[in-house]
Amino acid sequence: MIAEHAIPSHEAAQAPDPMGPQPFRVIKVKEEIAGCTTLTVEPENDEAKKLCFFQPGQFHMIYVFGQGEIPISISGDPSHPQQLVFTIMGVGTVSRALTKLKAGDMVGLRGPFGNTWPVEKGAGKDVMLIAGGLGLAPLRPTIYSILARRELYSRVMLLYGSRRPENILFQEQLDLWNKRMEMNVGITVDSADKKWDGNVGVVTELINDTSFSPTRTIAMICGPEVMMRFSAHALMDRGMSPKNIYVSMERNMKCAVGQCGRCQYGQYFMCKDGPVFSFEQVEQLYKVREV
Amino acid sequence: MVEIKGVRDYLASIDFFTGMKEEHVELISGCGELVQFKAGEFLIKEGDKAEKFYVIREGEATIETYVPGQGAKIMMTVKKGGIVGYSWLFEPYRSSFDVRALTDMRAIQLDGACLRGKAENDHELGYHLMNRVARVILKRLHASRQQMVDVYEKLERKGA
Repeated sequence: MIAEHAIPSHEAAQAPDPMGPQPFRVIKVKEEIAGCTTLTVEPENDEAKKLCFFQPGQFHMIYVFGQGEIPISISGDPSHPQQLVFTIMGVGTVSRALTKLKAGDMVGLRGPFGNTWPVEKGAGKDVMLIAGGLGLAPLRPTIYSILARRELYSRVMLLYGSRRPENILFQEQLDLWNKRMEMNVGITVDSADKKWDGNVGVVTELINDTSFSPTRTIAMICGPEVMMRFSAHALMDRGMSPKNIYVSMERNMKCAVGQCGRCQYGQYFMCKDGPVFSFEQVEQLYKVREV
Repeated sequence: MVEIKGVRDYLASIDFFTGMKEEHVELISGCGELVQFKAGEFLIKEGDKAEKFYVIREGEATIETYVPGQGAKIMMTVKKGGIVGYSWLFEPYRSSFDVRALTDMRAIQLDGACLRGKAENDHELGYHLMNRVARVILKRLHASRQQMVDVYEKLERKGA
């Protein structure tokens, strides 16, 4: 079964050859936090321009020449398709190489791939966005989309957990969103010293402290799998149905078009059927321990 | 005319005491008084005799410990409606961590020895009090375990 929020096949068909990387040039590099960089890239030709139209939750395969290719979620604004923005933490050979790129360098891109966050399903409801660590990056396009059409939604809440204050991603933007009063922003860190005057505690505690109606709320969670599991359970403890809780999964991918099977997760191919799933779809898979 | 609320009225409005019999809330309120703290003041000091239990009415407090060479390490923030200090319930009645007002605070201060005495005399009250404190302890135990797991860690991934 493919998730209801999958991209219609006619849209995928308009994209260039999904297996052939298109050239993109790095135009801006910003170090966000230690080891984590945001790259802004622009297409080098008309074919490459077609890769810039995406929806929140989708990802591209980014090829670093001479190093390899990895999937990276888009962290930019879908309403600005002239360029693509990716936020990358260097945790392996290719991602470290990506964080060392400079303005003017070239990369190859394929995509966009995967399904999307159920942004439309949240219309008329309260929307709770829960991010942990670097998980705020793949959720950011959703935030842009929701705020661009803010009148469609009731309450919008962003709950964000990080290890320490210095690990908080997009700090300036979080402050801005908070000031704009269009969204309730709750931030918590696992530990801090006296210089931090914000909340200390796990992100599930923010969920417990937040007032919301479980029957008219849709939740989207992004972060490490264990954080998403704890958060989904905290929401279900408050009465939410797993049908209305969405998570974004992450696995190593190769082809990104559902051919190679590298990212198979139970009955699903992460690249094609995901990366966004309702918690109802994956709850049982979460219980399976990897060998 | 300004309405002056007493300890009992405040206790009855706090989730921690929801569902408790009125007579029990009345008994508990007999052990309490309304107090205020300035930001930075300590409510509880680590190692001191645990005699007090606080219900936060306004403001926030931090549970922390001082690490020589590193300063105060904050482990959690407790907000309005939350409780701090439950070592008064268990021998040897000694506080395990510092509790500091993060902002200016208003709280209800409950006397631990007074509460223990009333719980001894009325086991139903004792059960309901212990049950509520146990729920708070369970939530904090879960939170501490999640912090130990380091749920935000981005793992080193081969080939990524």
